[in-house]
Amino acid sequence: MSDVHAQTVSYVRETMLPEAEPPVTERGAIKWLRENLFSSWLNAILTILSLFVIYYVLSHTLGWMLYGIWDAGSLTECRQIRNELYGEDASVACWAVLADRWDQLLFGFYPQDLYWRPVAALLVFFVAVSPILFEGVPRKLFYLTAAAPFICFWLIWGGTIWGPIVVALGFVIAGAIFRYGAEMVGPLLAIIGAFLVPILYWLLLAGPLTGMLNSIAPIGMQYVSSDEIGGFMLAFIIGITGIILSFPLGILLALGRQSDLFIINKTCVTFIEVIRGVPLIVWLFTASLLLNYFLPPGTNFDLLLRVIIMVTFFASAYMAEVIRGGLAALPRGQYEGADSLGLNYWQSMQLIILPQALKISIPGIVNTFIGLFKDTTLVVFVGLSDPIGFSNLIRATTDWNGIYWELFIFIGLCFFICCFSMSKYSQFLERKLRTEHR
Amino acid sequence: MATMTEPPAEAFRLSQLIYDTRYRSLTIQVVAFILIMAGVFWLANNTVQNLQELGKDFNFGFLGQRAGYDINQRLIEYSNDSTHARAALVGILNTLLVAFLGCILATILGVIAGVLRLSKNWIVSRLMGVYVEGFRNIPTLLWILIVFAIMTEATPQPRDFRGENPEASMILFDTVAITNRGIFIPAPVWGEGAMVLILVFLASLAGIFAFRRYARKRQEETGVILPVFWVSLGLFFIPSILFYYILGRPVTLDYPELAGFNFTGGTHLRNSLIALWLALSLYTGAFIAENVRSGILAVSKGQTEAAFALGLRPNRTMNLVILPQALRVIIPPLISQYLNLTKNSSLAIAVGYMDVRSTLGGISINQTGRELEGMLLLGLFYLVTSLIISGLMNIYNQSIKLKER
Repeated sequence: MSDVHAQTVSYVRETMLPEAEPPVTERGAIKWLRENLFSSWLNAILTILSLFVIYYVLSHTLGWMLYGIWDAGSLTECRQIRNELYGEDASVACWAVLADRWDQLLFGFYPQDLYWRPVAALLVFFVAVSPILFEGVPRKLFYLTAAAPFICFWLIWGGTIWGPIVVALGFVIAGAIFRYGAEMVGPLLAIIGAFLVPILYWLLLAGPLTGMLNSIAPIGMQYVSSDEIGGFMLAFIIGITGIILSFPLGILLALGRQSDLFIINKTCVTFIEVIRGVPLIVWLFTASLLLNYFLPPGTNFDLLLRVIIMVTFFASAYMAEVIRGGLAALPRGQYEGADSLGLNYWQSMQLIILPQALKISIPGIVNTFIGLFKDTTLVVFVGLSDPIGFSNLIRATTDWNGIYWELFIFIGLCFFICCFSMSKYSQFLERKLRTEHR
Repeated sequence: MATMTEPPAEAFRLSQLIYDTRYRSLTIQVVAFILIMAGVFWLANNTVQNLQELGKDFNFGFLGQRAGYDINQRLIEYSNDSTHARAALVGILNTLLVAFLGCILATILGVIAGVLRLSKNWIVSRLMGVYVEGFRNIPTLLWILIVFAIMTEATPQPRDFRGENPEASMILFDTVAITNRGIFIPAPVWGEGAMVLILVFLASLAGIFAFRRYARKRQEETGVILPVFWVSLGLFFIPSILFYYILGRPVTLDYPELAGFNFTGGTHLRNSLIALWLALSLYTGAFIAENVRSGILAVSKGQTEAAFALGLRPNRTMNLVILPQALRVIIPPLISQYLNLTKNSSLAIAVGYMDVRSTLGGISINQTGRELEGMLLLGLFYLVTSLIISGLMNIYNQSIKLKER
């Protein structure tokens, strides 16, 4: 039947036509342009407006940046070079200030021949956090993570090596009591002992022991005082310490706020609300002006340490609210399920609740970290020289009087890179930990 | 015969305080209470001792003393003969002014940027992405300094406006002068009958509000949609303009003019105010943009599709279906951004804007040596402001919460 049909009806095509190209307006760049940029008159106006904005900004900055002068000793020299190269009217950047003063912007007044130490400390830090951040890293590195705070402290401030070792020994003692004491004297006494013994050890024994060890074997490096630390190094020290300390503190505060125990609940709520209700700058002034009032007469300790304590408290209050959000978002059944398994409070928190609650609050936690890191710039107002403080110092010298944009751009770029990579990491983490099926 | 034996009444043992969950919470609380009280007592005791050693006492009498310093921007009467309390009040008003202006501009910027970031227009959404990421990832302080530097370094001096062929000229029909000493804008001069005009304007605002409520009620009852936008627009402008001419132009504008080395007349907006205002608005606007974006994305696509299926037009869909749901997600973080902006306004210190931290928490403290009292009052001001705003937020949240049955 079919073959008859094919033979008799001669005008039916038997082969497929080759596919025709779509019309010009429906393919390639033109289609993309039409759909993405000029789909309606409003869109077209917006596109043209955006192009104008981009053109305006780039025409004013691109040449200024690209033709910038990198090799000069002062702003006047920079202007001379500019006059020779491009004439009087040209407006070009004077990046020479960065070439000249990069060391101060990054390290402050840290001794130049010791720059390797903060760099090494940063490397140690990165290696130490890598097993926390990424899964593929050998688990053995956790030992380094535990030791890293002491190594970094020693690398940055220097002095005798015995100080950090003796302090670290206190934690080892606490761990040992907690682990082996439970069998000997019972769990409760072990916990109390694990708190009290190290504190007594630090208060009474640590100082003399350090002195003794140092006199036996004087191993150490050149001591660098906190006044000499500045620039981005300072921002990193405050930021990283604050981030590391505020995280556990924030978790504790959040648990306290969720707790049924009246007094603990109200204390945590008061702490969180008071800290959050007042700007960081007021707290920093409190740290620099008032902290001495609240401590025993005659105590005086490092401004840097005071600032770190304040920044940590501040960030931990915000962290607590973020984590509380995660705890509240968890279905009630999870809490009840943990209880029905017979887990006690800390077990259920550690095994069931917190892993899920923290996962939910990752974006908020990282936002708090980013906020904390950005807020390290405020320490300039209490007399520490962070990058912005140094930009003011550099501008105050006769060589670089009147230079603004180059320094601002450099500082802004450094902050942008740090904060942006943090937010990208948090997105990566969210994707990695996403378990619900979509 | 089965006998129910009463459980033996256990004698209370001391170890129950720790091992019995009924008593343990009590133990923990008592211990915590004792520790906290001891801590507070320790701090208070230290403070008293320290104050004694310094020979200071703790009183707020300094607030009544003569301040003796000038404040360059004041919304109420103030001279250097006024008291420290008055100076603090001037500072508070300045803080509230910049916070209020900042919240308005930040909302406008944030809503525009947030909506445009979701636009299908590739270039616009990228541009807004650059704005949002750029401002979110760079410290506020740096932005304040940058905007201040632009205001002072990249704007013409007043003398550039002089002469036949001036290097700079005033904008907006010669009414606004942007100089490196600040921006000069026309100031309203309240003539006779201005009060009536203001009352008329306020009445028309009330009218708009009432009409909106009426329109909404009508729509909910009958489904008839009244032209709310056009009526509001008309009510906003027409009565005021009408009365303006009927009363014989009671409000005139005082234009800034170049006199000597500077502009006189008009209102002088200082660079410090402008820089702080713009920088805080741009910075907070970037955060609000993200809130708006996530709020719109939080409304599931099914809602739009359902609205279209019912035959609603895109405009109506947005107003009646999407926005009411998105707002419920947007408003709480929006308010907390307002709070952040208010607190960030204490960065005024970077540009020398005389906010409450600079007057009460700065010069007053330095002059009287009352750090403890001054910082306490300053902290209290910010705390009370925050608590009021977050209290209002909670009330609002309660009112828009989904009424579940």
